[in-house]
Formats: sequence, structure tokens, C-alpha cells
Amino acid sequence: MTVASRRSPLLIAAGASFVLIWLVLAAFPFAWTLWGSFKVQGDFFSKADWTYALKGVRTLAETGSAFTGAGYEGAWIQQGFWRASLNTIIVVVFTVIISLIFGTLGGYALARSGFRYAFWLLMAALVFRAMPHVTLVSGYLLPFFQWNLWGHLPTSIIVLVAINQPFTLWMLHSFFLNIPRDLDESAMVDGCTRFQAFRRVIIPVMWPGVITTGLFSFLLAYNDFAVTALLLSQENQTMVPKIASFMGSTQVEGNVMFAVAAVVSATAPLFLLIVFFQRQIVGGLMTGAVKG
Amino acid sequence: MPHSTFLRFILPSLAAMLIFIAAPIVSVIVQSLHVEHAQVLKEAETCDPFSGCKKTTTVDVAATAKLRAQEPLGRFNGLGTYLDRAHLASAEVAQAWAASTSVGEFGSRLMSLPFYQAMAFTLTYTFVVTPFVIVLGMLIALVINGLPAIFKGPTIFVSLLPMIVTPLIGSMVLFWMIDARGIIGSSLQTLTGDPNLSLKASPILTWVTLIIYGVWHSAPFAFITFYAGLQSVSTDTLEAAMIDGASRWERLRYVVIPHMAPLVVFVMLIQLMDNFRVFEPIVGFSAAANASSLSYNIYNDLAKASPSYGSAAATSMLTVLGVAVLLIPVLVRTWRDFNSRRVS
Amino acid sequence: MKFKKLLIAAVIAVAGGQVAYASCGITSGNVSIIGNDFPAIQAMATAAKACATTGVTVSTNLTTEHEKLHRASLSANPARNTVSIVATSSIVPLLQDGLLRPLDDLVAKYGQNLRPSQLIKIDGKVMAIAFMSNSQHLFYRSDVLAKAGVQPPKTYEEVLVAAKAIRTAGIMQHPFAMNTKTGWNLGEEFINMHLGMGGRFFKAGTAEPSINDDVGVKTLTMLKDLVAYSNPDFLTYDSNATQALWESGRVAIATMWGSRAGAILDGKGSTPEIVKATALVGAPTVGGGATPATTLWWDGFTIAKNISNADAEASFRAMMNGLTPANVAANNDAAVWLANGYTPGAAARGVIASAQAGAKPYPMEPAMDAMHTALGNNLSAFLQGSKPARQALSDVEAAYRTAAKAKGLLQ
Repeated sequence: MTVASRRSPLLIAAGASFVLIWLVLAAFPFAWTLWGSFKVQGDFFSKADWTYALKGVRTLAETGSAFTGAGYEGAWIQQGFWRASLNTIIVVVFTVIISLIFGTLGGYALARSGFRYAFWLLMAALVFRAMPHVTLVSGYLLPFFQWNLWGHLPTSIIVLVAINQPFTLWMLHSFFLNIPRDLDESAMVDGCTRFQAFRRVIIPVMWPGVITTGLFSFLLAYNDFAVTALLLSQENQTMVPKIASFMGSTQVEGNVMFAVAAVVSATAPLFLLIVFFQRQIVGGLMTGAVKG
Repeated sequence: MPHSTFLRFILPSLAAMLIFIAAPIVSVIVQSLHVEHAQVLKEAETCDPFSGCKKTTTVDVAATAKLRAQEPLGRFNGLGTYLDRAHLASAEVAQAWAASTSVGEFGSRLMSLPFYQAMAFTLTYTFVVTPFVIVLGMLIALVINGLPAIFKGPTIFVSLLPMIVTPLIGSMVLFWMIDARGIIGSSLQTLTGDPNLSLKASPILTWVTLIIYGVWHSAPFAFITFYAGLQSVSTDTLEAAMIDGASRWERLRYVVIPHMAPLVVFVMLIQLMDNFRVFEPIVGFSAAANASSLSYNIYNDLAKASPSYGSAAATSMLTVLGVAVLLIPVLVRTWRDFNSRRVS
Repeated sequence: MKFKKLLIAAVIAVAGGQVAYASCGITSGNVSIIGNDFPAIQAMATAAKACATTGVTVSTNLTTEHEKLHRASLSANPARNTVSIVATSSIVPLLQDGLLRPLDDLVAKYGQNLRPSQLIKIDGKVMAIAFMSNSQHLFYRSDVLAKAGVQPPKTYEEVLVAAKAIRTAGIMQHPFAMNTKTGWNLGEEFINMHLGMGGRFFKAGTAEPSINDDVGVKTLTMLKDLVAYSNPDFLTYDSNATQALWESGRVAIATMWGSRAGAILDGKGSTPEIVKATALVGAPTVGGGATPATTLWWDGFTIAKNISNADAEASFRAMMNGLTPANVAANNDAAVWLANGYTPGAAARGVIASAQAGAKPYPMEPAMDAMHTALGNNLSAFLQGSKPARQALSDVEAAYRTAAKAKGLLQ
């Protein structure tokens, strides 16, 4: 939707330069990281001269050419980053699906309830969201170890689903508020139970909201560190803790370039995701966007 | 909707939240009200690889275990942990108040207490980053909305980059870039003409760096939310306004912004909450010398060889309380909206 | 005939070696290792995994988050990990909770290969087997020192003189670096310096703090004098930063972990000139004392209490498989090993020199962790010049008291 109007050239120039500046600011660090992932540590993180990262001085000296795939090879093959990506796919897919199932059912109920306790439940959910994750996860450790739940992917999946429910519920409940009540009420008048009305009438029209919430759930699960670093073992780590494990410790240097290469690899699928769902996302946010 | 139906719909979600959030919160509250049992110390011989065997102080495990078996939760401390020096520091604050001759002096005495030091940065960060994120997000959304269609796709996708890169590595890369010898650091030195400028050395510059990072990282979330909202602005109202002779700015002010108000409230809600719990930038930028936050203090309490669970629990509850206080205006508005919707 | 005997003996030796490596002689049990994630421990874990056969399962979880996990894991009944690889500081909470089993009988049965110094004894019982050591020591650039006309420093006072000479000669503006990042690193530097000054942390036999005295002030003053020769960003310098500074040739004298020497001397990320001129010596003394201003750390393995005796025995034998002289020699440069079969290389020079000069071990007192944290979090303002020394020390003591009371170490 564009509003036809007279735009002064000054406004156009100001708008264009603002967008350009913002795009440069947004993209530059990632572009720099992408470029640097093909260099060695002595170049990309050079304390001697930052232009080394551009020219690849130390990369040339250490590997014989200005670009090197050592970071990628080290991360993916040597350190088994491919296993971590598989684990991430499993965790993220299940987290998003379960999150959305729980969230749509709950969000619909909250939107249609009409009783005051729905409001208080939403407030409680907000308070739940305020709890720092690191405290929650530290509290899980003893019971999980005792009941042998620690270190399994399903445990992390259900924890991620639960921790992100408050946000999911809030977002979905606002989308459902903007679907007119008449739709499901008329279905119920025609003899459907509440669940049948939900299935027949609401589900077909709720996709834009669900996709949007799904995207945010996806990002929360994909980039999560606090939960997965403490609840998964070395063998079934997801990507972000695996990247953190490349960073070494106080006593021993890690393989920082593996981490850089891994982070570029981890971000690449997100680009594809955003490119493909860009339209759906915007469409989803548009119909009954989160009205608070 | 009858209660039983409501319960059936919400049960999975509610059960997950009750088990994994509500129950742990209760346990955290209980933990924050207790401290560990008095450890019985004794002298014992310890042998290590370097200095052979000598007498050192160790814990009498048997005696301590007996105490623990009697009262597994620890000693009940009431609100003691909340009021101790590492938290609200009631005794130290009273002392500082009595000993200070001016408000400024009181303020600087307060700043040497860890909780208030953390609150100073946390509140500054929250109240500077949140409005900037909203304004910047709105500006980006408005401008991108006005772009020709072919440009929209790529610009949306580039604009989301700061949000989707893992903060862990994102802030590490930026940390090296802002180093005095890094690309951003050297550029700033050239721009300002000060060859000794270091963003990491001075507290003020560190705060500014962290705030700019915070805005940069969160603006995409606001942008995408507002951009979508802009798609649903009613064209009829806009055209009617144009016919009535409203200028571009008046259309913006009287039609677009009011339509976006609920979205602004939502973004403000999420941002206030998330910024109050700021943590990753402080670790990523090694800024602990100059800035600390409540979440950073919690992390520090738990990331030691011998974690302080009670202290972390108390700080966590104070964080939740702080968030609740910050959100009161937003919640009041939501309550009013909810009630008006119920009536209609 | 002789040749045949020799050949048979050789074959048996090789085959015997192979067989021993393949099964370790363990017939049943579950071994589950948790520990930090660096090359020496990875080597131990690989050797332990080689013991896996039918009836023997070996799994490992090596992660930098191990300190957050091992207490909960070993508290479970049955413990989810049978072996916890610990360091001087991370063994303390496990000891306090009574989560470890004494190893005396296992050592008697299977520990013939262990040196007496490897046995970590608490109250007369062996609670851990140490296998490697580490400490911070001094690195210096012999070429830069030669250019500035100063002798290699043996005390921190001499370090100050050398740094000043390098600065005056215009070679480097900030020639010195230490791991002074706020938090654990800064606390560690204070502890090292304080021990060099002959200071105490607690009143004898108690957990009462005793750092707010003249020795404490001397320690702080020396730290402040040293960081005056560091880049103003020194409060962000962790080991990665100091190593990067060294490898890019921007510092000439540095106090770094000995375990970093291998990476510094391997030439990657640095120039051949820098690597050639890098000299490693033991930590300097300070304040006229004879103790090097550093602490010695050990890493070792412990066995959980809440497991079956069969699992404990299997775990012990599996870990001992990593300490055979052959395995230590095969991973010689991964660490400064304390076990038989180790030949110190160039990278171990500094740690060994500090140990031989009588450096003290990192204190294993129960209250040390709280003191370390209090130090790390409360000295930044002093080093930045905005707080006087006595005030900083009293803040440290106040912070320590609060933490110690919450832990039940003080009343």
C-alpha cells in the first residue's frame, strides 16, 4: 500500500540516505565476519593492524593463499559441527511444532474466555517470562540428574517449549483477539463443539499469526544458549553451545576461527528462512498484529 | 467459554508453565529465604603435589552432613539475604545516609554497593535503549515502507541481520572491532582526532558502547513489528485525510501513529522486560569493570566453583519484582483494554 | 636363537602393549567422565574410551560448563557421572558435600604407576589423583629487553624498571600485560601477588578475612604500578587478549598461564622473530620475598561416591589407562604432566621453574572461592584510580563476609 502524494526531493534524499546508513550499519559486522571467516586468527583478530583482515597477511604466511577454508573444515569435519546442526534441527523443529500446538490452543482459550482469570493468567505468564533463564536452568539440574532426564534432547525440547510459552501465548492470544468472534460462534450455533469450531473455522484463518509466532519461536530455540549449554551433553549439543565450546578456556586457547566459521554457517540457513517467509511474516503480522 | 472447556484448551500450555516455570519459581523463592548451614571447620592434613603435606583448614564433612540431614533446605534466613550487602544492603545504605553530607556523596557511596551499581547501569540501559529502539524501529519501518517494491525484500532481510546472529559471537566480533586497533576503534580515533581514544577504558564510553549495541541489536524486532502494522493502516482514512488537506506530517501524526499505538505498547512491554535483564553484551564486551547488571550478578553467583544459590535466588526475585514494577503502566492499560473488550 | 628370542620378545611386547591398551583388563562397569575441555583432558578421555569393550561402557562429557554440572550430577543417587576431572578450586565443593569416595584401596590395587606426589590427600585419605600442573609465569621478549639495555627481570620491581626502560627508549608505549580482566582473572592476579608478598588471606584456622593490612596495600600498589605500563584497556584482558597482544608483538613482558606457552611458541598467529625471542622464566618474586608471586594449580580426577564399587573400580582403571607412561609420552606437550613418562619440553620451562623455586599451591581452603570472587569484583575501581587502596580492601572484606555468611563459613 503506497500513498500517492507529492514527495519533496529533500524527503526522498533524506529517506534514501537514512536507509542506506541503516543498511550499512546492520549488514557491516556480519559482512566483515563473513569475509574474515576465510582468514586465520592472526588476521581477523589482529591486534597489530586491522587491515590484515582485509589483505590476509598472516593467512598468506600461514597457509600460502589469501583465503583459507581451515575454519570451516575444522568446525564441520574435525569438530563434528554437522552433528550439532542435526541436533539443532531436531530440537528446533520439535520445539516450534509443540510450542505452536500448545500456544494456539492456549491462546485461543485466553482470547475467547471472557472471564477475568484469563487476564490474570496472562499477567502471570508475563511474570514467568521475567525470571532469568540461568536461575531456572540451575534449578533443574538436581532433579534432572536424579531422575536421569539430563542430557537427552527431548528434555531440552520440552524445557524450551515451556520457557517460551509466555511469549507464545501473548502473541497468539492477540492474533486470536483479532479474529472475529462471530466466526466460531456461528459454527457453535450450527452445532459444533468448541474444539470442532476451532478446528473447522479458526485453524484455516490463523496461519498468518501462527507463522509469525513460529518465526520468533524458531529464533528463540535456534539461538538459545542458557538452556542448551547446561542441559545437553557434549555428544548431543546444539549449534550455539558447540560454537561456545570452540572458544577455549582461560588456560587453553580455543579455535576461535572455528567459532567464526561456525557462526557464519549457523546464520546462513536463517537467511534462507527469512527470504522465503518474508512475505508470510509480513502478512502474518498484518492481520491482527499484536495489539497488546 | 465454560470453565471446563477453557481448562481443556489451556491445559498443555499451563502444565508446561507450571512444571517448568511456576514450580521452580516457588523453589527459588524458598531458596532465597534460606542460607547454607554453618560449616564446621577443622584442621586437617592436606597433601598436594607441590608443597607436600601440611595442616590446612578443611570442612568437617561428617558434622556438616548431619546438620544438612536435619534441615535439608538450610537455615531459615527470612529476608536476610534480600537485605544483605550484596542485595538491598539496608544496613550499609542507612550507614551511608548517616555519614554523607550531600546527596552526591550519598550517591557515590551507594555506587560501591554491588546491587546499586548494577541497578544504575540496568536502569540507564533500559530507559535509554527502549525509546531509541522504538523510535529507530518506527523510522526504519516508515522509510522502508515508502521504498519502491523491488527494494523492499532485500532491505527487510538485511535489516533483520542484527537480530538473528547469535549474540555470543556477534558481540565478540564487535568487541574486537571496537578495540583501539580494530576497524571501528581506529576509525573513531581518526574521526575524533584523539589517538588515545579507547572505548573500553572509560566507564562512560563503555556504557555508550553497550547502549548502542543494545539499540542496534533490538531495532530489527521493533522494525518488523511496526512494518507489519503499517501494512494494515486503513487506506480509506488516509485518503480521507489527504482530501481534507492534511500534510504528510499531519497524516503521520493523526492517522498512522494512533493506529500503531497498540503495537508500540507491545514492543515497549517486551523491550522493557528484555533490557532490564541485559546480560550478553556485558559478557561479550568484557565490560564487567565498567558496567554490571542484575542478570550479570546472577550469572556470577552461579558460575563459580562454589555457587551461591541463595544469593542468585534473591537477585532473581528482585529482577522479577523490578520487571513487574516497570510494567505497571503497560499493565494498567492492558487491564483497561481487556475490560472494555469484555463489556463489548 | 638369540635373534628369535628377541623377535618373540619384541612381538610379545608390541602385542602385549596392544592388548593392554585395547581392553585395559576391565571386564564390566560403567564409566562416565565429566571434565573441562582441553587437550590434556581430551587425551585422558580418549585413553579411557579405549577401555570400552562388551560389558564396559565409557562415555565422556567434556565441557567448559563442567563446574556448573558436576555437583548436581554427583549428588544424584546413583551419580550420573562416575569420574569428575577437577582442578584445585573445583574439587572443594565436591569435598564439602561429601560426594567423593576415598581412593586408597584402588590406589593400592592399581596405582603402582603413580608417583607419591600425585596423590591428593585430605585428612589422610586420597581423594584425587593429580595428573597435570599449571601456573602463571613470566614471558619476556629477549630482543626488546636487549634493545632497551635491561637484564631479564627476576623480581616485579625489576619488571617495573625494565618496562620503564622500554617505554623511555620509545620501543613500546605499553610493554607489560597481565590477565587483569575484572572477575576471576583479576582475583587470581591479586592472589598470586599477595602470596609473593608473603600475605595471608584468612586468620589461621578460621574463615575470618585478613587482607586489609599493610601487606594487602603493598600488593595493590604493586599491581597498580604494573598496570601503569599496560594499555588502558587492561581491565578487559583475559588470557585470549594477552596471548593476542603477545603474538602481535605489542607487549614485551607479560604474566601468562604456562598452558598458553605451547600455542605461543608454535608460530601460528605470530611472526618467527617474536617466537624466537620469546623467553619463558619462572614467576618473579616481589617485595624482597623468596616465594615466586604465583600459584600452582593441579588438575586431577576424582571418583564419585554414589556409584557401585564395580563402577568405581572400572572408572579408576580406565582413568589410569590415560596415565600409562606410553600415553603420557604420546601426549607429552599437551600439559605439564605430573605422571611418569613425561619429558618437559620448551613450553614447560616457566611452570617447572616456578615450582622448583618454591611457588605455593593455590589455597584449597573452603572459603577461598568466596575470597577470590570478592577480590575479582571489587578491585577494578582501585586500579582505575577512583578508589583508595584501603577502601578497596575493606570493600573486598565486606563483600567476602556477606558471601561467607551465606555459605555458613562465618557466623
